[in-house]
Parts: sequence; C-alpha cells; structure tokens
Amino acid sequence: MKKDIILAGVGGQGILTIATVIGTAALIEGLQLKQAEVHGMSQRGGDVQSHLRISSNPIASDLIPEGKADLVISVEPMESLRYINMLNKETGWIITSMNPFVNIPEYPDLEVILNEIWNLPHNVTIDAEKVAKEQGSIKAANIVVLGAALPYLGIKPESFEKAIESIFAKKGDDMVKMNLKALHAGRQLADKRG
Amino acid sequence: MQKLLLLGDEAIAQGAIDAGLSGVYAYPGTPSTEITEYIQASAEAKERHIRSNWSANEKTAMESAIGMSYAGKKALVCMKHVGLNVAADAFVNSAITGANGGLVILSADDPSMHSSQNEQDSRFYGKFAMIPVLEPSNQQEAYDMTRYAFTLSEKFGTPVLIRVTTRLAHSRSGVLRAEILEQNDLSLPSNLKQFVLLPSIARKQYNLLLGKQAQFEADAAKSGFNALIQGSDTTLGIIACGLAYNYLMENFENHQVPFSVLKIGQYPVPHELVEKLYDTSDEILVLEDGYPVFEELLRGYLNRGKKIMGRMDGTVPAAGELNPNIVAKAIGLPVSEGFQQPKILQGRPPSLCEGCSHTDSFLALNEALTRFSSGRVFSDIGCYTLSALKPLESINSCVDMGASITMAVGAADAGLVPAVAAIGDSTFTHSGMTGLLDAVNNNSPILVLILDNATTGMTGGQDSSAHGRVDDIVKGLGVNEEHIRVIIPLRRNHEENVKIMLEELEFMGVSVIIARRECIQTLGRRMKLKALQKKEAGN
Repeated sequence: MKKDIILAGVGGQGILTIATVIGTAALIEGLQLKQAEVHGMSQRGGDVQSHLRISSNPIASDLIPEGKADLVISVEPMESLRYINMLNKETGWIITSMNPFVNIPEYPDLEVILNEIWNLPHNVTIDAEKVAKEQGSIKAANIVVLGAALPYLGIKPESFEKAIESIFAKKGDDMVKMNLKALHAGRQLADKRG
Repeated sequence: MQKLLLLGDEAIAQGAIDAGLSGVYAYPGTPSTEITEYIQASAEAKERHIRSNWSANEKTAMESAIGMSYAGKKALVCMKHVGLNVAADAFVNSAITGANGGLVILSADDPSMHSSQNEQDSRFYGKFAMIPVLEPSNQQEAYDMTRYAFTLSEKFGTPVLIRVTTRLAHSRSGVLRAEILEQNDLSLPSNLKQFVLLPSIARKQYNLLLGKQAQFEADAAKSGFNALIQGSDTTLGIIACGLAYNYLMENFENHQVPFSVLKIGQYPVPHELVEKLYDTSDEILVLEDGYPVFEELLRGYLNRGKKIMGRMDGTVPAAGELNPNIVAKAIGLPVSEGFQQPKILQGRPPSLCEGCSHTDSFLALNEALTRFSSGRVFSDIGCYTLSALKPLESINSCVDMGASITMAVGAADAGLVPAVAAIGDSTFTHSGMTGLLDAVNNNSPILVLILDNATTGMTGGQDSSAHGRVDDIVKGLGVNEEHIRVIIPLRRNHEENVKIMLEELEFMGVSVIIARRECIQTLGRRMKLKALQKKEAGN
C-alpha cells in the first residue's frame, strides 16, 4: 500500500488538520508516513501545501516526486490547480472544495477555474462550505473535503473516525461529533458521484 | 520505547532532552523555532528544570550556552542559518575555548529561501570553526545525531554543529526514542584559564583544536553516520550528503541503487571512504542540499582528476533545494511529469493579517511621507517586511536584523534627510538597540518607527525580549524624551498619527515613534484562552 498526497489550501484553512487526521489514521493501521509542511512566511494568507506520504514500506523522500502524486486534496479550487504538476497523469485524482478564497486582486473567474479542474480526467469537486454549514459549522469544510477523499485513500473509514475522536477529544464531545458528521457528509457526496 | 510522530525539529529537541540537556538557548527563526518551542512545552523538560526562555538574539544565546558548557552542563543553541552570522563571533571562538559540558549548536538552513533572505550553507561555518558537523537525512537520524552530538562534544571537548534544512526541520515521521540520560552536575573545567582567550592562551587552545582534527575525521569514519555502499555498476559513484540521500533512494525500486553510494552524515568527511569510492568509479556525482561545499573540496582548484559532477558544472541547478526529480535528471533517469499548470493560475503571496496594526502604521507613514521624495524608508525583518509588497509598498530595505536604524543613519550621513527606520519591537531588542545608540551619538536626523506589537510575530508569536519596556529602553539609550512619542495604530487615529509623524519628520535629530498595538494573532489566542479558562472556572 502506498499513497502520495498533496494537501493544498490557504493559510488558516486547516490543511494541517487534514494532514494530522490522515497521518493518525495511517498510524492506527500500522503504516509508515512522512509529512512535509510549510511553516512561517506562507501562513500569512499565502498558499500552503503539505506533502503527505503513507506506505506499508519504508519511505525515502520527504517530498513527492513531480508527476507521481496519487491525490491532490484541496480546500480551495485555485489552490488545487497549483499542484497538478505533481499529479500522476494516468491515475491521479484531484479532490477539491469549490469555494474560492479571494484575498488577491486578480483572482480568476471561478467558472474558468472549475472548468480547468473538470477538464482533468479524475476529479471530485464539492461545495464543502455548504455541507459543513449543514453539519453545524463552516469551519469543518476541511473535514468535509477529507470525507470526499476517503474512498481514494486506501485506509478504513473506522480508522479515520478513531483519528478524529483522538484529535478533537481535547476540544470537547461536540467538536468530535460535528467533525464526524462532516466526515460522513463529505464521504456521501463522493459516493454519490462515484 | 515508544515511537513518536515528530517533526525533524521536534526530533532534535527530544534527542537533546534525552541526552541529558540542561538548557536550550535560542532566538526564534524559521525553520528552527519549533525545537525550542517543543522543549518549552515538554513536561519532561519541565520536570528536569531545563531552562528554555527565548534569548534576545543568537549571539546572546550562543554566549549563554558557552557559559553553561563552562559550568559543566549540556547546552543546546538553536538558530536559523542567518542567525549563525549574528552568533559567529561567539561561535567561532567557542571552537578555540573548547567545551566542558556538551555544547551543541543547531543551525537550520533554508535552501530555496522559503522564508529567508539567502540560502547560505552552515556547513561552511563548521569547517571555518574546524569543528565536527552532523547532517541528518531523516527524523530518526535527527534524534540519534543530536544525542550523539553531545557525546562527541564531551568526548573531544569541542562544540559540535548540527546542520538541517527546512525540508527535514518541517517534515514529520516516526521516531524511536532511546533511554533518557542523566543531566550533568555542576563541574568547572579542570583548567580555569581554558576559556580565557588571551593571545598566549588562545595560541595553546588553537593548537589543541588543530591537533583534534585527525580525531574528528577518525570518528566520522567509524560513527556509522558515514557509509559506503558498494554497487555493481562502476560507471558512476555518488556522494549524497544529508537529505540528498533520500532523494537518491526515491529514484530506485526498493531503494536499490546499482552504483556505489557514499552517504555522508558527519564531517569532516573521512578520506578513506572518499578514496575507495573515487578509485572504484569512473565518474563522481555529488548531491548536497545547499552550497557545493563538498563538491568544491573534492574537485580541487585545478579539477584535473576524474569527472566530477554537481552544482558547479550545472548537472544540478546552482540555486535552490534538491528534490527527487532534480536528482533523477542528474543521474540521467527518466523524469516524471504531471499536468501543466494552467495560465490562469495566480500567485498568492503572504500578506499582513486583516486588522494588523502594521497596516495602520504604514498607511499613516505613507501619507506623512507624500510631501518628500520616495525611497527613504529603511526597514527590517518581521511581518512588517511584507509592507514592501502591494498594496502598501512602504519600505525600501530589508537586509539583516537591526539594519533599519543603522542604514538610516548612514543614508542621513549621505544627505538623505529625513531618513526613516521601521523596526519591530522584537527585532529592536535583537539588534536595533546598539544602532539607536549610534544614532543618538551622531545626533542623526532620523525618525525611528518602532512597530511594537509585543511579540515576535512572523515566527508565530513568541515572547519579545522587549517585554513592554520599549519606552524605557529608548529613553535609557539617550533619546530626548520630547521626541519619544507613542501612537496607537488604529484607523480612527489615522489623522492624528500622520500629524505626529510629520512633526517628528521635521525634527533634525533622533526621534522615536512607538506604534503600540498588540499583534492580532496573539490577541486572538489570548482571548480564546481567557474564554476557555472562564468556562473551566464556571464548571
């Protein structure tokens, strides 16, 4: 088992939380992992990315080679396009929220962005904010996106549930429940599409 | 022992704690900050009374660590690569004094300049100071090498440098801990003049250091951190330093490389291993993240031996960090490609947070300066450096910590009057105070704008050494009290702030305006914590 995942978004959107959940789920299944993050300057409203590699065998590089990523999981549509050079052209999936984060003056037309994404052979686009809001908080949009990526990650859904329970435990039962709901709602969206 | 999921930085911190550390000294700097933060948050460190407060700058940190080593205890100093420039005087001379308690310096380099102004390679500093250097290739090695660095330091009575790069510092993986060692007792050096670098003593100490060089190399040959893995294909021999080893392995199925590979993790690099590789390979490729430190050494000035490839001949790009694809190309392997990024893609540079006090400070400064020609604002290193970008475009320099004030002094000397310096409170206490003293002594016609947000913002909100005492410090340095003004950078104070700036721009001497408003990130965190505490108290 081996999955190379690029996580993308804007500073503050919670992509490192996605990384932590996938990482914890991978550890629950006894897999090895490497996860490279960007800290410092890029957190100030700039683009943020993380390379997450999970495998049943030893992993060499902290960085995923260009053109070899199995998945791009993004909490922002334009940011998902920033890393399609990393994606495996034959087998790679792009899973992204459709909700733009506009903090630059020349943000492209959303329709143009979505068309670029839809032109890729394997893509899932979801209205993560709407779904998150329905589940209780727009802040869980990142977990909704993660839910939509679940069928492509090769890890059991139960392991993700356990991961969410352990990570959000210190924030209280309500947070655990809400994030579990967000995860399931995201997954149902992906199932409907698939 | 348990396996922990740790950043490279955290693995270093845990390694130091487990090695019997007594104190960590540091000034925050990406990508090194998390080492000290980890120790500050560690329950084990607290139990063992490991001191971990932030230092005013890297030089004071380095010196305090030398003091702890003098007293026989194990000390760690952490900094980003450019911080080692600040600490260089103390660092280089610590090689001459030698260490008593284990003394380990951690420098985190930033090739590709993710959040730095250059990509200097700290291994040069190690060579310059003539001390052993360790360079881990993964998180486990980061842990193991940190432990080993303290052993090495005490075995040879020398400071030891650990060099990491951003990619390892900020990448997470599983780390297996070893047993936790006892801390040292207080014990002064047997020779109480060892640390007195008067020329007569320094000459003796320097000779001692020179005498240790062969031992350093012998240790690097048997420590296990350097290894020659013989391959069957002799057309190429590869030298892979630190992280480069991983990128090399990544390119081969099951990590089986047909060529001979010399994996380097400890310097000085043992001659016997290099000779063996050189003699059994037709050509040599050197892979190292950062400058071609070893490649240049191997090539020699005349480069008359076998063909040596690396950054110097363009086989590997001269600038930027390595990655698996660059290494594939260097070896002549097929390079995988993904989809082309669409043309519509826009850059999303970092920017000041919404509601940041710096925005209001610079909006006022921009307006106050409209009556003067442009290009007179010298600035510094911090979040406020982002004011160089659109939409503010307020500043004209960012060179090194503290340079804003002193550059303004020089420019004013040259006739650029008024000249303005814009510096944060943490950067001011790091290296701005001495420059302000220069300005006072010169009676320079400059306006110093101290952006006091009560934190070290850019690195994530660590304590600022100013601790709310900027006014007193400025007064103490001799600035005329009439020209020390405090403003609150808020939109509603804009007119008044512009007016105060205009008044002080007219003054033909040193004036200081302290723009004081808490960083909105730390404020937000403080409020959240307060609400949480209130809730807990209520339960």
